[in-house]
Amino acid sequence: MCYKTIIAGALAAAAYTLPAHAQVSDDVLKIGVLTDMAGVAADITGKGSVVAAEMAVEEFSSTVLGKPIQIISADHQHKADIGASIARKWLDVENVDAIADIPNSAVALAIQNLAREKKRIALFSGAGSTALTNDQCSPYGFHWTYDTYSVSHGTASAVVKAGGASWFMLASDYAFGHQLAKDAGDVVKASGGDVLGEVLHPLGTADFSSFLLQAQSSGAKVIGIANAGADTVNAIKQAGEFGIVEQGQSLAALILFLQDVHSLGLAVAKGTYLTTASYWDIDDQSRVWSEKFKSRTGMMPSMVHAGVYGSVLHYLKAVEKAGTDDAGKVAAAIRELPINDAFTHDAHVREDGRVLRDMYLARVKEPSASKGEWDYFEIVSKIPAADTVWPLDKSTCPLVKK
Amino acid sequence: MFELIGIPPQALFGQLLLGVINGAFYAMLSLGLAIIFGLLNIINFAHGAQYMLGALVSWMLLDYLGGSYWWALLLAPVTVGVSGVILERVLISRLYHLDHLYGLLLTFGLALIIQGLARNYYGISGLPYAIPPELSGGQNLGFMFLPNYRGWVVIASLVVCLATWFVIEKTRFGAYLRAATENPTLVGAFGINVPRMITLTYGFGVALAAFAGVLAAPIYSVNPNMGADIIIVVFAVVVIGGMGSILGSIVTGFGLGIVEGLARVFYPEGSAMMIFVIMAIVLLVKPTGLFGRTA
Repeated sequence: MCYKTIIAGALAAAAYTLPAHAQVSDDVLKIGVLTDMAGVAADITGKGSVVAAEMAVEEFSSTVLGKPIQIISADHQHKADIGASIARKWLDVENVDAIADIPNSAVALAIQNLAREKKRIALFSGAGSTALTNDQCSPYGFHWTYDTYSVSHGTASAVVKAGGASWFMLASDYAFGHQLAKDAGDVVKASGGDVLGEVLHPLGTADFSSFLLQAQSSGAKVIGIANAGADTVNAIKQAGEFGIVEQGQSLAALILFLQDVHSLGLAVAKGTYLTTASYWDIDDQSRVWSEKFKSRTGMMPSMVHAGVYGSVLHYLKAVEKAGTDDAGKVAAAIRELPINDAFTHDAHVREDGRVLRDMYLARVKEPSASKGEWDYFEIVSKIPAADTVWPLDKSTCPLVKK
Repeated sequence: MFELIGIPPQALFGQLLLGVINGAFYAMLSLGLAIIFGLLNIINFAHGAQYMLGALVSWMLLDYLGGSYWWALLLAPVTVGVSGVILERVLISRLYHLDHLYGLLLTFGLALIIQGLARNYYGISGLPYAIPPELSGGQNLGFMFLPNYRGWVVIASLVVCLATWFVIEKTRFGAYLRAATENPTLVGAFGINVPRMITLTYGFGVALAAFAGVLAAPIYSVNPNMGADIIIVVFAVVVIGGMGSILGSIVTGFGLGIVEGLARVFYPEGSAMMIFVIMAIVLLVKPTGLFGRTA
């Protein structure tokens, strides 16, 4: 009897301790990059996001806790139902442990709910909705790169401080544009400036001249451009044509990516202010990583690409620290570990799931100041992390203790 | 200072002028569609993609060969027009004996393929194309700052539209074309090579789209979807003007450009749907369109 008890005890102890060495379900750690392969965000996310995730995995020599790491990817086509059914299949059938990138706020919110329900990790880099860390926050969801608050607040407050006190908002007529214009307008007013007027344009407008003329005749010093993608490109291109910058007004793009500037060309985009979470030409580390990324994709990374890389790398570190792929333990480790990668230094995750990192206020260079392709941004100043995130005391996230 | 319908006259004139410029693109694109529909009875859904190709070829000429805007203005319509000729010979000509719907589906499929290929090779964000130095800068007209390039767009498109109208309505070749539209068999019996005329007409319609694309490249974002965005509006313009009516498409193109321009001042949120509201009303009141012949 005594003998049997010892055996049973030993077995129980073995059962308890053995899996702790490598508790990875189904013997492979799978990360799904759910992204936009062909739509409006395909250049700032898309294939580049998949490459970025793979580069993070390579830093781990493709194994964690002795098990292989696998990256899979899919195109959600900007449709919440398609995105959700891909994710459901990933989580239910293919045992995907974490989903990364997820541009488009509608898709991102669908995934946030699904991942919460299924208890898996979601790492948002391409999405910009502040709802992800407010009403819709999740213990398993992490908002990595930017949101409408961070990009508009950084730019607006910096531009007002630089003397651009009167604004005219050119906003696209849907939730995203309204939010950007409102966030930026609030900051302008809080910083002592004034918003003289606003015009809402339909999504997907080709000709902005009429709206630009209204902005011009408002007499505002700064025209805030609260839209995205081709709309932003068209608005800035035509502002250049109408000589708006030459005549003393300046442009502030509330969200502008490196690839947008590449598309515009410096002659047109010069002088535009923007906020970015990362830039390839910050230091040696970011330059080395970005050159490697460029050799595989033909372009320098957007801040979303850098975010996907950072979020996947941090996730792997968290899995290693937790010693398991169990989402609850990994989420705790994600919150605990400091975030360090080629673009990020000593950032951390806040209780609502938002990553707190310094961002940069940048200005698009004059063509004569650019040393070559992709040399587009002049970093004007660093924006402290606290100024780039929704204040916790206004948070509506149930995870935030008040 | 007096005001006209709530805004100062300066601002109103400015907006009217911008409407004309915007209308120039609608006019050129709907003209090509009207010609193609008039003669081939094909609803050319690839028109937007061919407009995009015009802009893309200009970019390629500049980027790969260093060719200027002026070369592009000549070479891009020719290149894209020739691709249209090949398309007509190889694919579209097989559908003439079938219902309209098949032509629409074929050209729609072609548009998706062309856009998909462009996206695959050149990305979605667009390509930079600068205004030619000869046309940069602008004139202060007192009521607005008119970029020289916009002035050029209006002149170029008016010349092209009127020349096309003149050729079709006033010349012997145009008479053949119009006759072939009415009764191809009879015109063929007079010894005129109708299939070749049809092929060239399609090529010309496509070249018009590409010409509009070159004109658009310096001011609009050059990206694979630029045609998909504008083509729906242009179809509405063609329907309002009357399917197949040459003069109708030109007049309606400019007219609707002006209406849309004014909507952008008085009700900017609704400016994108203004044209479709007008289309619905026209279809209710005069289903053949403003300039259409009664069937």
